[in-house]
Amino acid sequence: MLRVKNLEAGYGPLKVLRKVSLHIGPGEIVTVIGANGAGKTTLLKTLSGLLSARGGEILFEKKDIRRLPAERIVFLGCSLVPEGRQLFAPLTVRENLILGASVQYRRKRQGEVKEDLERVFALFPRLKERETQLAGTLSGGEQQMLAIGRALLSRPRMLFLDEPSMGLAPRMVREIFVHIARLRKEFGLTILLVEQNARGALGVADRGYVLETGRMVLQGPSEELLSNQDVQRAYLGRSPEGDA
Amino acid sequence: MNPDLFFQYVVAGITYGTIYAVVAIGFNIIYNATGIINFAQGEFVMLGGMTAVTLSRFLPLPVAILGAVAVTTVIGAVIDILFIRWLRGPSVLRMIIITIGVSILVREAALHVWGESVRALPYFTGTSVTSIKMGNVYISPQVLWVVGVSAVAVVALSAFFNYTMLGRQMRACAANRDAARLCGISAKNMVTLSFMLSAGIGAIGGAVVCPITYVQYDSGTPLAIKGFTVAILGGIGNSAAAVGAGMILGILESFSIWVLPAAYKEVISISLLLLILFIRPSGIFGSAEEARLKEF
Repeated sequence: MLRVKNLEAGYGPLKVLRKVSLHIGPGEIVTVIGANGAGKTTLLKTLSGLLSARGGEILFEKKDIRRLPAERIVFLGCSLVPEGRQLFAPLTVRENLILGASVQYRRKRQGEVKEDLERVFALFPRLKERETQLAGTLSGGEQQMLAIGRALLSRPRMLFLDEPSMGLAPRMVREIFVHIARLRKEFGLTILLVEQNARGALGVADRGYVLETGRMVLQGPSEELLSNQDVQRAYLGRSPEGDA
Repeated sequence: MNPDLFFQYVVAGITYGTIYAVVAIGFNIIYNATGIINFAQGEFVMLGGMTAVTLSRFLPLPVAILGAVAVTTVIGAVIDILFIRWLRGPSVLRMIIITIGVSILVREAALHVWGESVRALPYFTGTSVTSIKMGNVYISPQVLWVVGVSAVAVVALSAFFNYTMLGRQMRACAANRDAARLCGISAKNMVTLSFMLSAGIGAIGGAVVCPITYVQYDSGTPLAIKGFTVAILGGIGNSAAAVGAGMILGILESFSIWVLPAAYKEVISISLLLLILFIRPSGIFGSAEEARLKEF
């Protein structure tokens, strides 16, 4: 569904991604794990069009999307839930969700928005309770739910999640990973999950990649990575609870 | 000072205050969408007045005013498309300097088209000496037009921002540009739209006020300074506060005539601007915390 070949990207003179390749089949949950500064967020920013790639190829359903702007990529069905939620803080929860459906208006399918709202409220009942509250006043976990809900309103087929567990309380972290599994089951989504929390991410993903200083150094099925000694030492060792 | 005179000053203050507020709201719309101060804002007001005067020679007054607003709105879009839209990742400072250039360009173009003569629309109802008696205060009907039309424009604008999808998208873009793009909102279109809206609202203000204040190719600049003062006074980006701040500046100016020679009227706004920048740069209605998050 998504195929990335030799992707290069960075900021100004700074080269962050060096020949990164990965692929995700339809219906898969794939995770990219790595430490702070490995280039995980840069990877997702480049895939979603916020940052332009320097080289390589990004094929989404066989179509090259490398040079498309972010707003066009959402239109095609790839949605990013960005790092740090990036909500519209001074707007209400409901407004945030409806804005997520902007592409549905462009597709002339605004008729589906109401139904989608109900589905998101069914997935995250907490958002329903807080419907008229300003997004900036929500707790961290609720903000993450809203960020995911907003992305769902664009009716994506593929979802990029950038560190959804970051900054959340341990109980909320577990809840978020459960929700990610539900997203595939109930919404039929293909998911690329970028995480520092390797244990949690590999627990929910089918396959994983390890990104180190801009290079993919390892890949394989989740169980294999979980039992890999290098991965255990570098990403699982010091955090038995899974919160890196 | 007797109470009647007092109210007379208040009314005069509100009239000018309304126009300052309209200009300030124009500043705010573009600021919210782009983070820049559009120094060509006063020129939109001038263009609204000038175009309305010209069109009113062949068209009935209401049509002429609507036409002037439409023309100015288009000019707003053209300015964005020609000078801002195609820039790739421009810095705030660069865009601000571009708007200063644009304001000079528009002023000189207006001088070329209309010459130096001072123009005005006729009073919408009655003449310059007609007045309506309210209690013991005499009010020109044009004052009611200025306040009424501006109030309708401001209410319509806030309804647009709060209840339409396009308006919400503009607010989303102001709140978080990257997140808006991730929702499929074209940030560049929102910027063009913001230039159109602030040109349009500026033109409305320019057309309704020009029977009282007259209009000339260079009458935009002083209005831009006043509007800027009001925008800063209220807290940049906050349109409701701009209305309050506009009234404060208008009323201060009108009462200043009582204590200061009339020639010093302009000093008020500049002093106020400096004062507010020194002691409370976030504006009287803005929070300091919010201001720290802004780009400059």
